[in-house]
Amino acid sequence: MQHTLTALVEDKPGVLARISAMFSNRGFNIHSLAVGPTHREGLSRITLVVDAPELEQMKKQLNKLVNVLKVQEMEPAEALEREVMIVRVSAQPTNRGEVRDTASLFDAKVIDISTTAITFEVAGTPQHLHTFLDHLSPYGVVDLVKSGRIAMRRESALTPAAAIAGVGK
Amino acid sequence: MTEPTKFTGAHSLFRSLEHEGVEIIFGVPGGAILPAYDPLLDSPIRHVSARHEQGAGHMAEGYAQATGRVGVVMATSGPGATNLITPLQNALMDSTPLVAITGQVATTAIGSDAFQEAYTTGLAMHCTKHSYMVTNADDIPNLVHEAFHLASTGRPGPVLVDIPKDVLNQLTTWTKPSLDNLPGYKPTVSGHPMQIRAAIELIEKAERPVLYVGGGVVKANASAELLAFAEAVNAPVVTTLMARGIFPDSHRLALGMPGMHGLYTATTAIQKSDLLVSLGARFDDRVTGDPSAFAPDAKVIHVDVDPAEIGKVRAADVPIVGDARSVLTDLLSALGARRELSDSPERAEWFEQLGVWQEDHPLYYEQGPDGPIKVQHFIERLRAITGGEAVITAGVGQHQMWASQFWGFDHPRTWINSGGLGTMGFALPAAVGAKAARPDDLVIALDGDGCFQMTCQELITATTEDIPIKVIVFNNGGYGMVKQWQNLFYGGRLSAVELGGHCPDYPKLAEAMGCVGLRVDHPSEIDPAIEKTLAINDKSVVLEVVVDPEEMCFPMVPAGGSNDNVVMRREDL
Repeated sequence: MQHTLTALVEDKPGVLARISAMFSNRGFNIHSLAVGPTHREGLSRITLVVDAPELEQMKKQLNKLVNVLKVQEMEPAEALEREVMIVRVSAQPTNRGEVRDTASLFDAKVIDISTTAITFEVAGTPQHLHTFLDHLSPYGVVDLVKSGRIAMRRESALTPAAAIAGVGK
Repeated sequence: MTEPTKFTGAHSLFRSLEHEGVEIIFGVPGGAILPAYDPLLDSPIRHVSARHEQGAGHMAEGYAQATGRVGVVMATSGPGATNLITPLQNALMDSTPLVAITGQVATTAIGSDAFQEAYTTGLAMHCTKHSYMVTNADDIPNLVHEAFHLASTGRPGPVLVDIPKDVLNQLTTWTKPSLDNLPGYKPTVSGHPMQIRAAIELIEKAERPVLYVGGGVVKANASAELLAFAEAVNAPVVTTLMARGIFPDSHRLALGMPGMHGLYTATTAIQKSDLLVSLGARFDDRVTGDPSAFAPDAKVIHVDVDPAEIGKVRAADVPIVGDARSVLTDLLSALGARRELSDSPERAEWFEQLGVWQEDHPLYYEQGPDGPIKVQHFIERLRAITGGEAVITAGVGQHQMWASQFWGFDHPRTWINSGGLGTMGFALPAAVGAKAARPDDLVIALDGDGCFQMTCQELITATTEDIPIKVIVFNNGGYGMVKQWQNLFYGGRLSAVELGGHCPDYPKLAEAMGCVGLRVDHPSEIDPAIEKTLAINDKSVVLEVVVDPEEMCFPMVPAGGSNDNVVMRREDL
């Protein structure tokens, strides 16, 4: 099972290298990693999607790094998670409409078009992107690029029922 | 330091080192670090010129382990820095407080594959607690202060400060440093009161407790607290390789070292215990053997200043993050609130069992009257003649294990060795560092001939710097421990482990290095040779002891095996 970790880190040279060095030293696997500034000057947030078995060790080892201020783990139900994907789907003039109609169900935006393919931009939860691909793959995915996952903890209280239903996925 | 006309980054560096109370730097000069070697001339700080940066690093580690203070090593860029990688990793594994200052090519040349350029901070990322590249000389006071703070607090370790040559030459001013720029570093010192109480509950209920004591208790300087606690709970104490000396081996509760080459009773007591109180130890594979078969019936109280150690190998029933001294003090007062400390439980059955094991499975070797000399016997004679009043350093291998087994340590910081990394060649430079730190103490390096050949060039450092040490070279003509494994697990096919025909003449080598060289090869000559070695104090002495090349180190738990199967003799394998 994958978990999402976020780390608030000092924006100093080599911080990302230290984190990836620690992960490779200890044999931890990273599925995705995104890094960017926060609203506070000098601080960046790193979002990591990782395997669960070593989660405790990962959090502790991350916390040991001098430039890491805070590490948070997010349960899927309490995480607001987003990814962005650019995907080029094969589309001939004969089925172009069908491809575009399907994509529009996912709020995907056409950002490029040629005689053989349409390129979409789609953003949303990891599940949203996954479903999008399920429906577009039959037409033939020519190329794909995906951002690392970014996440923030949900502030609104979740009822247990909503948590079980996986709201926020 | 006299005030220079132009105050540079290099001056600021030395002002900072003096501010941190540094007495000695171990180092080797070179191109990029050149500017730092000039203000050294005007500084009260002593510089010990090692002959190799690895040696300088181990000297700084020996200094740090002998005193508890931060060891300092200085080297140039490129090869100077890469030669420091082994001591840095060694210090990281053994949590030794160390600050390494390295020169770097000028900021304008960084990344251009300049002469003697290496990406030192990148290399150090993997083998330090933290590392810095200084890009502005004005930052030197703060960064050096942070480096010493990081190295010496929490779980101690090595910190590297890399300073480009133009930054060392940059005009600057020195300002009193602060720690305001370390928002991500807040080590926990005090254990949580609730966990302290939970620990006491478990300890009071336990029938077969063992105090499993590691190097963290040495780092915390908690020998008095440990002694008081062990007596108050009346529990036997095992001391890991890194903790030898923190609890007196002569004490009735002492069981000695557990693990792969540990004493039968120490290893077995852990296996059969119902409560393991781990204090500053990390369940290292050399202690646990197969972790799934380790102490199967024991609940675990795990005290460590590094939260990442807790639960890393073995789940803890009561985790306590904190400094060993602080936690032991709190445990004692929590216990004192429940009962008189002297009213300790008897645990008669447990101690009877331990006594039976000790009786039935003592350490064992046979010393024939005509030789060959057994290392174990020599160590026992040296211990007897010195009365144990010495600081012992060791290399890595059979001699190291025998030293730990047979010396009988009664004082903290009298045992200095490379535990985690297992760095052959550690003993000699570490002894130089320890002797530089404690000039009035007898410092003896117990070394193997394999180890000795890795760092023996530092003998000349001991001579020229007037740091007289004793070096015992146990010459079995090879890499004894590796040979032991080839004999036991590779059907006796010996491969590259015998150095016999090609060894140097050690006494002659010693003489060439300005030391006194002695050799002993018959059991009857041991005592006079030791007396002679101890009598010479104006020079370093190298005593070659020609020992049995076939002797194997037991007890032994074969790697990865269960600690239930302690092998006492070769015939039992």
